[in-house]
Amino acid sequence: MLTKRIIPCLDVKEGRVVKGVQFVSLRDAGDPVELAKFYNEQGADELVFLDISATHEGRATMEEVVRETASTLSIPFTVGGGIRTLEDMKRMLRAGADKVSVNSAALQNPQLIEQGSNYFGAQCIVVAIDAKWSDEDGTWMIYTHGGREKFPKSAVNWAKEAVALGAGELLVTSMDQDGEKRGFDQKLLAAIREAVNVPIIASGGAGNAQHFYDVLVETNADAALAASIFHYKETSVAEVKQFLKEKGVPVR
Amino acid sequence: MKIGIIDYGMGNLFSVEQAVKRLGAEVVISQNKEELLATDGLILPGVGAFPDAMTRLKETGLMELFDDVVTQSKPLLGICLGMQLLFEESIEKGSTKGLGIFSGKIAEFSGVDHSGSAYRVPHMGWNNLQFKRNPTWLRNVHLTDDYVYFVHSFYGTQLAADDLVAYADYGDEIVPGIVQKGSITGMQFHPEKSGACGVSLLTAWLESIQKGASNS
Repeated sequence: MLTKRIIPCLDVKEGRVVKGVQFVSLRDAGDPVELAKFYNEQGADELVFLDISATHEGRATMEEVVRETASTLSIPFTVGGGIRTLEDMKRMLRAGADKVSVNSAALQNPQLIEQGSNYFGAQCIVVAIDAKWSDEDGTWMIYTHGGREKFPKSAVNWAKEAVALGAGELLVTSMDQDGEKRGFDQKLLAAIREAVNVPIIASGGAGNAQHFYDVLVETNADAALAASIFHYKETSVAEVKQFLKEKGVPVR
Repeated sequence: MKIGIIDYGMGNLFSVEQAVKRLGAEVVISQNKEELLATDGLILPGVGAFPDAMTRLKETGLMELFDDVVTQSKPLLGICLGMQLLFEESIEKGSTKGLGIFSGKIAEFSGVDHSGSAYRVPHMGWNNLQFKRNPTWLRNVHLTDDYVYFVHSFYGTQLAADDLVAYADYGDEIVPGIVQKGSITGMQFHPEKSGACGVSLLTAWLESIQKGASNS
């Protein structure tokens, strides 16, 4: 039986793993290569590696860190942040990433999804969607630049569009819940689950093992991602998976 | 021990190369038939579409390599698309003839099970292998877990019963995970990305080659 996946996310800035409460206050949480090894040994099903500074400061993701991290891993690995062109995708996949994740560049140039999907296969192309509820619009809207700028497109519509263009998976982050540790945004995830049929990774808001259970079972998300609670050892991948297993959720 | 990775321009070889090196074997990446035949065992990787892969194998002049692999009983491991290429035919983007080492056809997941419920395609993530038998090279290995990482939209059907070693259940289908016939093995999943189980499987495969190589 296909299992639900638990995915630690390494948000990286200048070669160090960081995670900020709602993307503002950054704390140094360690060396990405060491953390990757640690999570691999802990039973993480996959890793996501996001260069959070890339879009904002226009820097390319650190290819060497990716290469080094990937060469120590025996689990699948996604790289995002600063992926703007087919060439960027190629560089990251060659450096050892299994998938690339695109965010703002795909909003500006949706053809990037199609090109990547045709060239590398849909399974390589993850579209990251940062969504935040907007009272004004009465739905979740897309936000860019670390959640500071609203993009004139609803999260659900963008999810459908991205999948039609060839996205193989969606990484959906709730900007409302991110860093709050009150649980994932189940309404958002359920709305997107309803709209598309590719795997969905739920992100933003994990505070404890129960939160993972809630989102994986109630919204039927395929995977759930977290950063700080794992990095600061508030809970562990192994603990979350044990909890899920006891509750009858298929995990590895 | 030297393992040859067949480089015919389909997909990323880095992960496979790293995994084999981590397990202590030397790696030669090549598209030269003689160079490949001079190694102790071969890996046929592959990500992408079946027809493109067959075209690349023809363009790189590697079709004959597989005849020699069969006649010499050389260990060969096909991974993911590399496994699918070992079959007779695939229906991906029309109908394309494969290498024909295993009987059977590569079909596409329908996305709808027998009860009419939709399931997701590709089959992406960790699924457990259910063993029908042990491949010869896995005789004395104890697997600590049986979850391996799959990413694929096409799968083997109409196999010869004896060739099927292990399968996974997905969308009501029996999805061949490991196939084996003589010196030739196929894995639909990615052993190089399959955590502890993948490491055990690759280790067992490499050890069987080591034994074979030192015996000869």
